[in-house]
Amino acid sequence: MSTTAAALHDHHEPQLTGIKRWLLTTNHKDIGTLYLWFSFIMFLLGGGMALIIRAELFQPGLQIVDPQFFNSMTTMHALVMIFGGVMPAFVGLANWMIPMMIGAPDMALPRMNNWSFWILPFAFAMLISTLFMRGGAPAAGWTMYAPLVLQTGDAFPFMIFSIHLLGISSVMGAINIIATVLNMRAPGMSLMRMPLFVWTWLITAYLLIAVIPVLAGAVTMLLTDKFFGTSFFNPAGGGDPVLFQHIFWFFGHPEVYILILPAFGVMSQIIPTFARKPLFGYASMVYASASIAFLSFIVWAHHMFTVGMPLAGELFFMFSTMLIAIPTGVKVFNWVATMWRGAMTFETPMLFAIAFVVLFTIGGFSGLMLAITPADFQYHDSYFVVAHFHYVLVPGAIFALIAAVYFWLPKWTGHMYSEALGKWHFWLSAVSLNVTFFPMHFVGLAGMQRRVPDYALQFADFNAISSVGAFIFGTSQLLFLYLVIKCIRGGPQASARVWEGAHGLEWTVPSPAPAHTFNTVPDSEVIRRETLA
Amino acid sequence: MFIARAAWRLLVGSVILLAAVPALAEWAINMPRGVTPISHEIYDLHMTIFSICVAIGALVFGVMFFSIWKHRKSRGAKADNFHESQTVEIIWTVIPFLILIGMAFPATKTLIKMEDMSDIEMTVKITGYQWMWHYDYLEDGVSFYSRLDANSNKTRQLDSGLNPGDVPDYLLNVDKPLVLPVGVKIRLLTTAADVIHSWWVPQLGVKKDAIPGFINEFWTQIEQPGVYRGVCAELCGKDHGFMPVVVKAVNQDEYQAWLQSQRDVTPKTASL
Amino acid sequence: MSAVKTNYYVPHHTAWWPIVGSAGLTGLLVGASMILNGASTGSYILVAGLLITLLMMFGWFGTVIRESISGLYNARVDTSFRWSMIWFIFSEVMFFAAFFTALFYARAYSLPWLGGMGKGVVTNELLWPAFEAMWPSNGPANIGGAFKVMGAWGIPAINTAILLSSGVTVTWAHHALKADHRRQLILGLALTVILGFTFVALQADEYIHAYSELNLKMTTGIYGSTFFMLTGFHGFHVTMGAVMLTVILLRCIKGHFSPDSHFAFEAVAWYWHFVDVVWLFLFIFVYWF
Ligand code: HEA
Ligand code: HEA
Ligand code: CUA
Ligand SMILES: [Cu+2]
Repeated sequence: MSTTAAALHDHHEPQLTGIKRWLLTTNHKDIGTLYLWFSFIMFLLGGGMALIIRAELFQPGLQIVDPQFFNSMTTMHALVMIFGGVMPAFVGLANWMIPMMIGAPDMALPRMNNWSFWILPFAFAMLISTLFMRGGAPAAGWTMYAPLVLQTGDAFPFMIFSIHLLGISSVMGAINIIATVLNMRAPGMSLMRMPLFVWTWLITAYLLIAVIPVLAGAVTMLLTDKFFGTSFFNPAGGGDPVLFQHIFWFFGHPEVYILILPAFGVMSQIIPTFARKPLFGYASMVYASASIAFLSFIVWAHHMFTVGMPLAGELFFMFSTMLIAIPTGVKVFNWVATMWRGAMTFETPMLFAIAFVVLFTIGGFSGLMLAITPADFQYHDSYFVVAHFHYVLVPGAIFALIAAVYFWLPKWTGHMYSEALGKWHFWLSAVSLNVTFFPMHFVGLAGMQRRVPDYALQFADFNAISSVGAFIFGTSQLLFLYLVIKCIRGGPQASARVWEGAHGLEWTVPSPAPAHTFNTVPDSEVIRRETLA
Repeated sequence: MFIARAAWRLLVGSVILLAAVPALAEWAINMPRGVTPISHEIYDLHMTIFSICVAIGALVFGVMFFSIWKHRKSRGAKADNFHESQTVEIIWTVIPFLILIGMAFPATKTLIKMEDMSDIEMTVKITGYQWMWHYDYLEDGVSFYSRLDANSNKTRQLDSGLNPGDVPDYLLNVDKPLVLPVGVKIRLLTTAADVIHSWWVPQLGVKKDAIPGFINEFWTQIEQPGVYRGVCAELCGKDHGFMPVVVKAVNQDEYQAWLQSQRDVTPKTASL
Repeated sequence: MSAVKTNYYVPHHTAWWPIVGSAGLTGLLVGASMILNGASTGSYILVAGLLITLLMMFGWFGTVIRESISGLYNARVDTSFRWSMIWFIFSEVMFFAAFFTALFYARAYSLPWLGGMGKGVVTNELLWPAFEAMWPSNGPANIGGAFKVMGAWGIPAINTAILLSSGVTVTWAHHALKADHRRQLILGLALTVILGFTFVALQADEYIHAYSELNLKMTTGIYGSTFFMLTGFHGFHVTMGAVMLTVILLRCIKGHFSPDSHFAFEAVAWYWHFVDVVWLFLFIFVYWF
């Protein structure tokens, strides 16, 4: 049978053009590109919503939107950013890079790969259309707590079903990645030689298939409680609103590591490259990632310390949550040790990576503070939490994505981007981001609760600062858009290796990477050289 | 009007941005130390953990930036090739672990204290509604609703044209505060009539969700008379931001007098 | 220096079905949403979406079967399929886990609390004074009215026997396939299909019984909720499994599989064992204890 397959390969495939190329593609690079562009559009959309939030919060009093719409913005901002921005972006990177990194001709299931992507625009069309429905878009927060969420208008079933669709997409994407990594590695690419980006994605994929179905179950119960008279979250019938929180956070906490583990992977590619020194503690990086993933399943109730759990529960979830600091610390220390006695240069990807290490760690510290139950009684649902998660998400997940784009853009397009513009983008982003999110710690500690369109006067100054920062940060991202388009259009020719210190199979193929890489199995000697480095 | 105020804020915001550091002390930038034994403990815990994090941060970032400065290629650094050391790895696994244990002890102690419901002297049941609170003094048969004060309510409407700056305690004032005696261990019960709310008064070091169909209990013991303001902390719909909590702590005599005056106005109904 | 071709089959730029499937699923769900919101036009959209989805499934599976038969897939492709199926089934396990959690939580936690056990004293005293926690329950407000429980030892026990035997027959068929005993293969598989549909029929009968005689409905508090959610999703999975088995049976009759290449058969058999195991948990925790 292999003769037929080979014959087919040798045939020149039909070269599709225009919209058809993108609609019907089974090529991992095309699909990766689709994912990345889609996520960028979602990032602008979610960011636009954030700017509406920040504009309303610019000063006390209500000036722009009514409270219901404000809550819709908060809810949609988070859903769009998480499910439309960060998750698809990392899947896009996985699509582009994993086959190239492990020496595979494509993803394991190319047609399903196409489907994973093309569900997304449909699902988001459904979700975003709720903005125009009777009763408005969902406004109960991205956490969708019952019973409040049951007060949603016509948007309700659309929200639930769009989450189902997003879940189907994620699970198929995750399955594809697992099959690819487990089955498609070139001979010689043993598990413990895989680049860390591949490792962290493998672990992330397992998190996805374990928790996304749980989210699907949770929202299904919301649906039946609303429309079919079930009592899952209704105490009168023997249910409990807090049950929803437990199920949601069993998904929700691993979800935050779904958003950050691939980012850790990206860091572990970039930092050694620009330190010109092998990654310190490769094996411990792998074990640390796995430990983080494991622990993430037993910490969920740290989001619910104030619901009135028994003391034993509060203690358990406090201790288990604190433990996550250890493997995460190992990662941070390893990155620092990688830089130690390297020969560092500071191209844009490295700048973003350094900012990641510092600012993510700050977000991690506030996370650790939140884990301390008695103190969390004060922090919970205040802007301190908002500050915490934006520190791990924006200079965490988003910076890692941006760094990854700068890092691999020359490989994708064959052109170097403008380093000067990149540096502008970096400094504008890094400064304005802190202006936006740092003051949130202060107002949170001083007592400002989250999810409000208006606030007491003592919070006015810091909120004004935050808003100014947010607009600068947002505008800076337009610079990034410009830079990327410019780089796609043209620029200095990039070499195959692109960066002096780069190692890995993806740097052995020409830039831009041809549509089909590794239809021919890469040489195992090359693999050995590129992965020991 | 709006534009003018917006412009003013923009200006103030930018100025503050530049002059931020020295002025910090004048603003509320930290958790209040509060007025209950528990709130003090929480504050101390918060400061301890925070300081430890700052110290670790200073160390880690210090090493990193030193390396960035020292081991940069433009300075002629040559890359080393080491990439493993079991000893170091063990050290930086064990030391954080020990630090965490050090944090866990005081945290556990405080938590256990908070859960201690013995020696209760009185009980108030708090019910959250969209969007107000209902207080019910179980032993004394006094009960009433507590809503956002009319002044704030008028001003906070979209395009009201009113200036929040003119309203005393904007959004933190109610028509009728919860009056509590000082020096007494008070049991508080929270529940809700519609969706989940959360009763939060930072100065008392308490925040507890009010969940429909269930009752959560916790306690507080206020040390000084005064007015302590808080908010509903759990998203509860459109007016979540507009259902503040105001606790007025008074001494025992005043409290008894207040109770008496309330008994006269509260109709005698079962306190459910 | 090696120039080994990977020979991994990558279908190039021909994937029409995914986009059709996305449109179909979206139609289905938009239609369903509209119906739930009381817009009758939703049913047309729903049916259209359903038809498109079915078309997609026929088309997509048809393509894969054709490619498989024409020998485009090598052992590597086969392994990809296997990993995918295994982890897909795992994701289904987690889906059921959510509903089992609801069941255990209600029994072990929320009902006792409402009934005044442990920390729940005040809750019970002040909010639900007369309520005593026990299982089964439709909650302190007696939602849905008095009801009777579905006993374990009637139809459910028979259904357990049916599913367990179907697990045996499908394994028998698999052995027959590997040993190239065509007659036994078809017999075993046909029996499995019959057992599967019998299970579904009995389950439907049980539902009718529950609604018309026991006053046990989806609206019967937490007991009815967990009962119908768990058995309902399970029944749906059995139905899908039985349909898939039917397709495999037809393919066996057409002679699609060989003793050493029959991934589709195995995938469906795995799936069937999965619904089998889920049923055992249902039988124990929903019906029995
Ligand atoms: C990428 C996303 C991400 C990441 C990585 C994290 C990481 C962590 N988070 Fe965070 N978190 C969120 C996203 C994330 N979080 C979101 C979105 C929410 C809010 C959801 C909502 O309500 O809407 C949230 C909320 C949240 C809460 C609930 C707060 C509340 O609502 O009351 C808690 C409580 O424990 C918490 C804890 C932690 C901890 C302990 C970590 C740890 O993983 C951090 C570990 C890292 C470090 C500690 C730094 C590095 C370590 C060292 C340098 C070693 C030495 C250090 C010590 C020994 C101290 N998070
Ligand atoms: C990955 C996730 C992610 C990301 C990237 C962000 C990014 C941002 N977030 Fe978000 N946020 C969440 C996840 C995320 N957030 C979550 C989970 C919540 C909780 C929701 C809930 O409570 O339910 C939340 C809530 C949240 C709040 C609290 C809302 C509330 O409690 O009511 C605020 C308030 O300031 C905020 C602000 C911002 C800002 C300013 C950014 C910025 O970083 C965004 C920057 C990007 C842009 C601005 C877009 C790019 C530029 C343009 C589109 C051009 C614009 C044009 C001009 C500037 C002229 N976010
Ligand atoms: Cu009540 Cu928020
Ligand atoms: Cu968490």
